[in-house]
Amino acid sequence: MAEQRRPVYTVSGLNEYLKDMMEADPHLRSVIVRGEIDNYKHHSSGHRYFSLKDEKGTLPCVMFRSDAERVRFPLRSGLQVLACGRVSVYPRDGRYQFYCTHMMADGEGALEQAFERLRAKLQREGLLDEWRKQPLPAWPKRIALITSPVGAAVRDMVRILGVRWPMTQVLVVPVRVQGQGAGEEIAQAIGLVNRRTDIDLIITGRGGGSREDLWAFNEEAVARAIAASALPVISAVGHEPDVSISDYVADVRASTPSNAAELAVPHQQEVRARLQALCQRLAAAQRARIHNGRRDVARLQDSRVLRNPKAVLEDGRLTLDSLQRQLGAAMQARIHQGRLSLAQNQLAPALHKRVREGKLELARLTAGLDAMSPLKVLGRGYAIPRQGERVLTSVEGVEPGEQLDVMVCDGVIHCQINGKEKRKWQPKSKPLNRL
Amino acid sequence: MAAKKQTFEQAMSRLEEIVRLMERGECGLDESLKLFEEGAKLAGICNEMLDKAEQKVDLLVNGATGEETPFVQEEG
Repeated sequence: MAEQRRPVYTVSGLNEYLKDMMEADPHLRSVIVRGEIDNYKHHSSGHRYFSLKDEKGTLPCVMFRSDAERVRFPLRSGLQVLACGRVSVYPRDGRYQFYCTHMMADGEGALEQAFERLRAKLQREGLLDEWRKQPLPAWPKRIALITSPVGAAVRDMVRILGVRWPMTQVLVVPVRVQGQGAGEEIAQAIGLVNRRTDIDLIITGRGGGSREDLWAFNEEAVARAIAASALPVISAVGHEPDVSISDYVADVRASTPSNAAELAVPHQQEVRARLQALCQRLAAAQRARIHNGRRDVARLQDSRVLRNPKAVLEDGRLTLDSLQRQLGAAMQARIHQGRLSLAQNQLAPALHKRVREGKLELARLTAGLDAMSPLKVLGRGYAIPRQGERVLTSVEGVEPGEQLDVMVCDGVIHCQINGKEKRKWQPKSKPLNRL
Repeated sequence: MAAKKQTFEQAMSRLEEIVRLMERGECGLDESLKLFEEGAKLAGICNEMLDKAEQKVDLLVNGATGEETPFVQEEG
């Protein structure tokens, strides 16, 4: 009954198992195969299906559209090629196939093979991964140009940086960009700039040239220096179609040195436009705030006290009159009562005391009413200095020579400011501490 | 306030902050006046920086010592 304990797979389950196994093998993740294209089909989806064959066998292959579009020569059956890609299982058909990502014509030379080998190696190490890419600084303060100090590339970069954003300083770090040892020099310069504290972006590259001329930027030392750089790096090698290893490793790939300068800094016209928009928003916000303030003042001015201060006084006067009448009547009543009930000599002191109290009460009420009146405050010698609608409470905000209106109890005095000084008014006596 | 030493980036981001604060409309009249003045001053500073900016290009003469010299480009 041992047979029953053996696991039973579904077909797709087994295919998936094989797929996982193949994809777990690092060697199969990035392989270069030499062979001849056979049975080449350009599917309407844009994907290419074909086999690679040699004398003894064939390998089913697929190349997806995005990868196939990067191949720089027309694909067809019968071509000898070097194909780079990974091996995996296509579970639906239960067959393994080669997923080709890069292709070059075989015999294209030792350089191309070395290129592809290094690219595959760096990819295996994860140095080309998207997550490693650093963002560029929005406003770089100083950019290091690691390039040849002569020629069009450095001239174009300096000119474009200067036109777009002259605030960014530039440090030209001169290196040889072709010939024996150029790669080492570039790699060292990247390391050197990383040890400085005044640089926040590196552009490295050169102008166009032959495949051999550009070769320094395909060297492993350069690739590793770029990968190790803590400062963001823009790679700008040759013209648009040229792709170098440093382009793959850099944080940003520029198609040309000029393009690198454009990617590195903002354009001052855009920034000026942004600044202008901010100013407009600032002014609009301030206008809105003042409008709201005016509305609040208007609401207060509409209140009864300010619209008709006399009416408030009249109310007070009426109350006072009625109190006086009541007091008089009450006193009369008291006197009458006193006359009835007490002897004249006994009554007199009490009556005097009551009259005194009544007078005090009357004085207190009158004073309270006075205090309520803004006009009385003016009458006491206080004045209200105003400038337009603004009531001044401080020496700040007015300047000698300006006009000033001083409101007093019976009118307005128009004044001119001769001078001002700031003073600190000390209270005449310290307030008593409460127990 | 040390308005002189600030970089363009700092001035710009402070200006953006002021505009946001004022557009929220929560500050008092006095404060908004102060903010407005500061914002207008910052905008002036930014514009002046842009107008006065002059590109500075140096050539690294010696990597070990860090010695630099103004970069002079050959013509043509």
